[in-house]
Amino acid sequence: MVSVCFYFQVHQPFRLRKYQVFEVGHGNNYFDDEKNKAICQKVARKCYLPTNRLILDLIKETNSEFRVAFSITGTALEQFELWCPEVIESFQELVATEAVELLDETYYHSLAFLFSEREFKEQVKMHRRKMLELFDYKPRVFRNTELIYNNALAALVEDMGYKGVLAEGADHILGWRSPNFVYRPVNCKKIKLLLKNYRLSDDIAFRFSCRDWVGWPLTAEKFASWISAINGNGVVVNLFMDYETFGEHQWAETGIFEFLRHLPREILKHPDNNFLTPSEVIETYDAVDEIDVPHIISWADVERDLTAWLGNKMQQCAIEKLYELELDVKRTKDEKILEDWRKLQTADHFYYMCTKWFNDGDVHKYFNAFDRPHDAFISFINVLNDLRIRVKEINESKKQRAYSILGAR
Amino acid sequence: MKVLMFGWEFPPFNTGGLGTACYGLTKGLTRNGVEIIFVLPRTSGMVSEDYMKILKAENIEIDEKKIKFVSIESILKPYASINLPIKQFDIEKIKAENVMYGEDIFAEVFRYAQEAKLIAMIEDYDVIHCHDWLTFPSGIEAKMAALKKGKNVPLIVHVHATEYDRTVGNPNPKVYEIEKKGMEEADYVIAVSHYTKNIIVKHYGIPEEKIVVVHNSIDPEPTDDSINEENFKIKQHYKIVLFLGRLTIQKGPDHFLWVAKKVSEVDENVRFIIAGNGDMFPFIVEEAANLGIGDKVLFADFLRGRDVDRAYKMADVFVMTSISEPFGIAALEAMKNGTPVIVSKQSGVSEVMKSCLVADFWDINEIANKIIALLKNPELVETLREEMKKEIRNFSWDKPARKCIDLYKRAISQIQNRTLSKADQM
Repeated sequence: MVSVCFYFQVHQPFRLRKYQVFEVGHGNNYFDDEKNKAICQKVARKCYLPTNRLILDLIKETNSEFRVAFSITGTALEQFELWCPEVIESFQELVATEAVELLDETYYHSLAFLFSEREFKEQVKMHRRKMLELFDYKPRVFRNTELIYNNALAALVEDMGYKGVLAEGADHILGWRSPNFVYRPVNCKKIKLLLKNYRLSDDIAFRFSCRDWVGWPLTAEKFASWISAINGNGVVVNLFMDYETFGEHQWAETGIFEFLRHLPREILKHPDNNFLTPSEVIETYDAVDEIDVPHIISWADVERDLTAWLGNKMQQCAIEKLYELELDVKRTKDEKILEDWRKLQTADHFYYMCTKWFNDGDVHKYFNAFDRPHDAFISFINVLNDLRIRVKEINESKKQRAYSILGAR
Repeated sequence: MKVLMFGWEFPPFNTGGLGTACYGLTKGLTRNGVEIIFVLPRTSGMVSEDYMKILKAENIEIDEKKIKFVSIESILKPYASINLPIKQFDIEKIKAENVMYGEDIFAEVFRYAQEAKLIAMIEDYDVIHCHDWLTFPSGIEAKMAALKKGKNVPLIVHVHATEYDRTVGNPNPKVYEIEKKGMEEADYVIAVSHYTKNIIVKHYGIPEEKIVVVHNSIDPEPTDDSINEENFKIKQHYKIVLFLGRLTIQKGPDHFLWVAKKVSEVDENVRFIIAGNGDMFPFIVEEAANLGIGDKVLFADFLRGRDVDRAYKMADVFVMTSISEPFGIAALEAMKNGTPVIVSKQSGVSEVMKSCLVADFWDINEIANKIIALLKNPELVETLREEMKKEIRNFSWDKPARKCIDLYKRAISQIQNRTLSKADQM
């Protein structure tokens, strides 16, 4: 038996605008509403709406045999609510089929796990609340931003009640083992680990339209034959990718939609194949072994590490200074300040500051909202200084008030 | 008196102090009765009429009857790296416009000079005045064009910066050659400071008596009230130290960062603003992060017009860390805005400005020390401000303009005397 497990990441950051030195301290809007709206609506038109439609059709056509999972960030959902509510409706329609599973993650698509456990938990809680509010749904499986993972993350989310967690099937953690089985994180009792089959996932996400690749052109039939070939030496193929693969990273002209349209039928042609969502995989299959990941891994670049977000000093400086503010931000009890601080945590801001332009460079460039990584850093730092002033002002006036009350006594 | 002037840039199309100086000088000259034909390169693709309109709109302080702008379409940009192959320019656009361009920047300089010659043939003038190396070949061509018309017109080359300053002692030999030839062919060389005069004597072998020092200046008209009244909220929380200049090796932006590091070790409530752009930009941004002061250094990009004054008003201290600064007009602008100034000793401005602090550009400790002294001692700042207020009153572009006019007259009469004495001999 081979179960194909699709999980799609849906994410949009609140991109920063060019925040100028003269504005520091004035508390102006940090975000480029116009650009964010334009991008959101463009991606909705090119990807979210047509792909949701197609997946809904496929679920119906296959009598719910085709099943998929989504992880949708809070920042994406907020922007859909603002600028293209029809995207929310179409996801609601999908969830209503019961062939679609939703996963939990940090609401702000942040790196909070690396910097603050308290903040991490609060953001996961926010995401849970959002899932309940919009989809009346309680996720049971967790995926961390950019599949950032180690033993400690597994233990933490097990503690938070999740039944499963996703990670990258990186060669160096698997060794001779295959990603096509269910595993258990070391030192955990119940939680199961699903590992991304990066070869097959990236065949779709990255190589689909690459004409230099031996697999080109990739047809549904060909891909299904690769899946069927796993029968006998694996039980699950985890295909994890950005949802924007469909229509945005791979344009409609590449034939990506045709591929997806035919894929379920081609895969189901083989009687031993089926589709399962992550929690169904966890219920169906036992863990075959323990996986030990003492060091952080992620799904990014060839290194599968954190260097895309924290590789250079600009990135390290920006994020360290941001999390340094946590206590002061929370002390203000100011909703708007807290929200702004959290929007700044979105991993994309640090990704824009990345200076490693090598193998994955073109991908980085493609996603960069700024001309240069340095410009991204500059805007971020200006905003951070502005936020720091707002925080300071509120906390100082609170202190003053407290003193005057004490003084009055 | 009519002057044919060749420049690189003029506000609002300027990228540095050269444009500011040319603007100031032409203002001073026209106020003193001189008529000017100002020839400028115009970015390819820009329509000549629009260019003139913008130039005129921006520079309303100059009497329109006294100045005439002439532009030549060109890809020349002041401060453009001379190592830049021409391919770096938008070759497709150039082709589409069907304009002949030289093969590299040097060929372009000489092509430009040929066009300048055509202008020189048509126009009528008493003196040729060129600003910096890109225009020197044009000046030489113009002088020859005048000779062909039977008129011997003096050529004056004005040195605002030498290749020695720009490259911190590693001059490009071709640029050096153009500079040297221009100064040799000229009847007189104007240096913006004694500091620059020394470089011209020492490195270019030009006889001292041929060089006249004319310091830059500033017109002390008050800044816009809206700027004076602007409330910069950042100032309620942080002290501001400003760097304003091109981010190139000449200006020492890296020295500024090392100073910033020292200062923030003493006082963490200081923010350092770097205004300007240049080839060192990415390095400077990364270096700020490397030094651990990434969140304390704020970047303002290249500022122009009002924003320059706003930056000075915002700052508690303006620091110039130039390794070699022929003049440094920014220091005068800071003074006009009442911002305390620290300039490097290796600068021309330190010869004329007294109410400022000075330090060697390499003496990081001393510069940091002086910044902290200014930030911690309002009395010191007050004293400096009072002095600055008095001192600025003595500045005016009329001064350098009159010096130039005297030089024009001297050069013209010398040529006349020479022709007369030649006639006598015959």
